[in-house]
Formats: sequence, structure tokens, C-alpha cells
Amino acid sequence: MLRYFRQILSRTKWFATTFAAGLLLCSAQSLAADASRGEALFKACSQCHEVGAQAKNKVGPHLDGVFGRKAGSIEGFKYSSAMKRAGDGGLVWSVDAIDAYIHKPRTFIKGNRMSYRGMEDDQDRADLVAWLEQISLTKPSANANVPSTNAVVGFATAVLEIEGDPDYGAYLSGECVTCHQITGKADGIPSIVGLPRDYFVRSLFEYKTNIRQNEVMKTRVINLADEEIAALAAYFSSLTPQ
Amino acid sequence: MTHFNRRQFGLLLASGAATLALPTYLRAQAKPKVVVIGGGAGGATAARYIAKDSKGDIDVTLIDASDMFTTCFFSNLYLGGYRDFASITHGYDRLESNYGIRKITDYATAVDRATKTVTLADGSTVPYDRLVVSPGIDLIYDSVEGYSEEAAQIAPHAWKAGPQTQLLKAKLDAVKDGEQIVMVTPPNPFRCPPGPYERASMMAHLLKSRGHANSKIVIIDPKEKFSKQGLFQEGWEKYYPGMIEWYGPDVHGGIKSVDAAAGSVETDFDTFKGVLLNVIPRQKAGVIAAQAGLTNETGFCPIEASTMRSENDDNIFVIGDACIAGAMPKSGFSANSQAKVAAMTIRSELTDSKAFPAKYSNTCWSLIETDDGVKVGAQYAPKDGKIASTSTFISQTGEDAAVRKSTFEESEGWYKGITADMFG
Repeated sequence: MLRYFRQILSRTKWFATTFAAGLLLCSAQSLAADASRGEALFKACSQCHEVGAQAKNKVGPHLDGVFGRKAGSIEGFKYSSAMKRAGDGGLVWSVDAIDAYIHKPRTFIKGNRMSYRGMEDDQDRADLVAWLEQISLTKPSANANVPSTNAVVGFATAVLEIEGDPDYGAYLSGECVTCHQITGKADGIPSIVGLPRDYFVRSLFEYKTNIRQNEVMKTRVINLADEEIAALAAYFSSLTPQ
Repeated sequence: MTHFNRRQFGLLLASGAATLALPTYLRAQAKPKVVVIGGGAGGATAARYIAKDSKGDIDVTLIDASDMFTTCFFSNLYLGGYRDFASITHGYDRLESNYGIRKITDYATAVDRATKTVTLADGSTVPYDRLVVSPGIDLIYDSVEGYSEEAAQIAPHAWKAGPQTQLLKAKLDAVKDGEQIVMVTPPNPFRCPPGPYERASMMAHLLKSRGHANSKIVIIDPKEKFSKQGLFQEGWEKYYPGMIEWYGPDVHGGIKSVDAAAGSVETDFDTFKGVLLNVIPRQKAGVIAAQAGLTNETGFCPIEASTMRSENDDNIFVIGDACIAGAMPKSGFSANSQAKVAAMTIRSELTDSKAFPAKYSNTCWSLIETDDGVKVGAQYAPKDGKIASTSTFISQTGEDAAVRKSTFEESEGWYKGITADMFG
């Protein structure tokens, strides 16, 4: 019951529907939502998205004011053309649309670059969206499109000092784009086009240090010298998704 | 002089009026020419990278007998019912429209290395400054006694994707419960080392999903061991108990002959019979490679490890299944990787672009059963004149279902990635 009242408080627009249906509806929107659970679930998103006061763009766009916003419309963020097309085609981020998107990102907008497999559980999504509705009411940073920095630690810091050679990066990228599409589409393998340099470097070092586990990536990265990582980061961060 | 490098061409441009005064045919000649034979994972990638990265400074011509390309990789998933044929078939239209590549749909029948020309089946010739030879494999039918190109119409090899794959699929679809399939697998080296065993898995999957669990697939192997053996055998026991039997030479004593019409395979110790025979014979480089004098006694083409250049001709590069690539397996992924080293080298020679040290990589994913994917892969670099592996990995037996599922999803992502990398 507590969950139900929380939902009413946070999502009054769903009150009438939910009440009339006697709480028996089973779509994601009608599930009693627990925003505090949503906050915990957002941890999976927070590697790429910021939300709340002073949020900035990161790997993904900030989510302040996302409800009611046209898709792909934050000035200065490198969206995929698929996302921009969706926005131009009339997609506005409603509760339903966000729910459908995070349920199956790859099928909801084909060719977008969000590297997230999707959240299966209806209750999880309801809770997450409920929390987002509250937290996203705050104002983003005035410099939202200056990307937020990603903490880089250990040996990776030395790589950030190196000015990567984008020509060398372009050659080395041949090895990446057999799987990671140069267009920036995420079709089961994450998009790496346009990633911020610091995030790129940190991610590769996370393979070197076994924080990230994918064997294909570990095998590739283990042989990459600092100059090569810097070159790749310089190259991929300079690209814009298509 | 048949071509200019970028610096020389720049000098020409600098003389402005002189350039404009050149007759059209001379200006056209100012562009160096690269011809690529074979439009698969090696050739299509090489053509695209040379055209894309030279930004129009190199004329690229791609020769392939077919106007559509069916990938060998994922063709087993078509046999298993996971993919339709259209989804593994691709056109060359974007290479033509987006990269300015000239696609010639014809057989390359001869290479004249003295005049640097390729002759086509229609008799016309195509001149080159650098030639990339990426013809894939050809089958040595008579390496298995009794087998032939004609016999392959009854007992398909399906080791070159296309009509043979569709023929095998049609025959597989006709197998009834309790009936037996016999596979004859090739000796090393051959295209796609895990391929025959993934194929057995996919055939078993299809039969099982149709309730034909009493059917059996017998694999007669000339090798004592095979790629990802532990992973496959674990999966076969788990998903297809009693349905797949693998016999190495210590069990069958040696493959003596096949009789496609009778559906039988005779070995030293026994004769195996099946309603369907899938015979994959010994392989060699695509015939054009031997015609061009690029092969050695192995039937494949020796290359320089640091560039993919033919050891027999400085103007020719051999990539993909046709070449001898040291520790690299013959795979689409390998061909795609080798293509990029060849493309970089060719561009640097023809346009003075930067050349960097060669790096190669490969990953082979295999599907054993729905959502149960496994992978093996490595990184390679030239060492003492050979391509040697610098790091490797392989999926582990006993991995949990979530890992296997994500491995399969990764392979699907790779398929989209590599086909985009080949065809634009």
C-alpha cells in the first residue's frame, strides 16, 4: 500500500486510471512505483547519464527536464541521426516513451547509439521512471554541453597527458570497427563513436585491470601501448555519430 | 610513368595551367589504380578502405563474379533456422555509390604480372598498379576419393556460401526422425576451423526442434582434434545427447572414399551410411592465385607478415583464406583484419600516406544451441617474418548461461559490424 501512495504522490496524472482499474492493470505505467528503488536502479544509467541540479552531458545527454522534451534535442550533444530523426518525427519523451525506450532501446529506436541492453522487469522500469520524474525537474548546468569529466585513475592519467595522433588512431581503429560500427550504431556491441576522451581512456584501462571482463576486449587492449590508446581516444572522440 | 604519387600530383597541380592543358586521358592516368579480385571479407574490406582513406586519389576496381555476396560466417545459423538467406546476403551498391568503387561482375580468369593486367572472362583486361588477390578458397574435390563437383550436387559441401548452402538446407529440411547425416570434415588448413562443428550443432538443433531427436549426425574427421573441441563436446552432451557422434582417425582408421549416390562413406574400419552426406574436402587458394603464380607447394600463397604482400610479386597483395597467414586461422574476421594492413601499405606506396606497424586480430564466435555462444580469439603481429599471436583467449567450459547468451549477442553485433565494415 505504501508503494501505491508514493505513486499517487509522485505521479498524480496516473491516479485516475490506476484508481478506476482497481489496481489490477499490469502495464508498466499502472504498477505501483517506488521512486527510492528507482534511485538505486539509476546507478546502472549513471555511468553515462547525469540528472539533478547542475547535471551535464556525459557519454549520454543529461536528463534534466527530459519529460516533455523532444527526442534528440539538447543543443551540442552528439546524437545518432536515428535519435534526431525520431525527434523530428515527433517523438517526445513521455512516461510511456521512456518506459518503452529503456525496455528495449535497440528496437524502440533502431540505430541509436545507447549501449544498453534494456530493462526487462516492468516494476524496475516503473520505479526508475517514477524517480526520474521527480529528479529531472531540476535545472541542468549552464555549461551542460561541456562534458562532465570522468574520473581517471592510476596509469590511465599518464595517457591523458599524451596528445594522441589521430592518423595513427584512424589506422588502429580498423581493429575496433570490425565490431564497433563506425556509424555509431549500437547493435549488440557498444557504440564508441564520439565518446569523450577521458571516458574512452578510462574504459580501456578498465580492461587492462580486469574491472571490465570481456575477453575479446582484454585480448586487444593488453597489447595497446599508451600512445596507441591516446591515438584511439583522440580519433574516436573526434567523430560524430551518423 | 603510369601513375603519380600524391606529391608528384601536387606538383602537377601547382603548375595549374599545365594540368588543365593536359589531355583528358593523361589526367585520368594521374590516378594510381588498384584492382581487387574477390568481393568477400578480404576484398570488399580492402576496396572500401583504399577508396575511403585515399579520398578519391586512388582508382579502385573490385572484381567478383557475383553481384551479391553471401557470407560463409553465419551460414550455419541459416541451416539451423536462426537466420533467413536474405539476412546473410549483401550487395555491392553502397561501395559503388558511396565510395566510387567500380564493381565488375565477372570472373577474373588470368593475371599478367608482366603487363600488370587482369583478364576477365569476357576477354577484356583491367590494368593495375597494385593488385589485391582475395579469392578465398577452392575445393580439392578429388582429395576425397569418389567426390567431385557433380557429386556435390547430391552430397553438398556448402563450404562456399551460396547455392550450395541452400542445397544443404533443403536436404537437411527433408531429413526425417531416425535418419542419419554423415559429415566428412577437411584436414588442416581449411576455412573456418570451428565451422564444421558449429554446423553439426546447428543441424542437431534443427532436427531436435522438429522433434527428430532419434536422428543422428556422424562426423568423420581426418584430424585427431578440432577447434573448440571441449566446448562443442560439452554442448553436444548437454543439448543433443546421442545425436552427434564424432570419430577421429583412431576410430575410423582413415577416410577411404565416399559414394554420394549411395550415401556412404567408407573408412578403414567401417562404412557409414546417411540419407544426407555433407562432404567438406581439402582446400587450396582460389584458382586465380595459382594461375597468377602466387601459390607455393601448399596450394596457398606465401606473404610478407608485415604488409600482406605476396612473396612472389611486389605489386600484389594476397589476403584472406588464400594466403598463408602464420598463426591466424582462415576466417572472415582474419581476412577483414589483413585487408586493412594491405590497404594501409598500398595507400602509403601510391599516395605517400603514413604507414604504421602491422597489427592483426581475429575472433571466431560459434553457436552451439539457442543463446549458447562461445568464442575464441587472438591478437597477432609480425614476428621473425611470420604472423605470430601475441595474446589469445577462449570461452571456458561450464560458463553460466548469462555469459553464453551475451557471447551470442556479441556475435550478432559483430555480424552487423563486419558486414558494415565490408560493404559500407
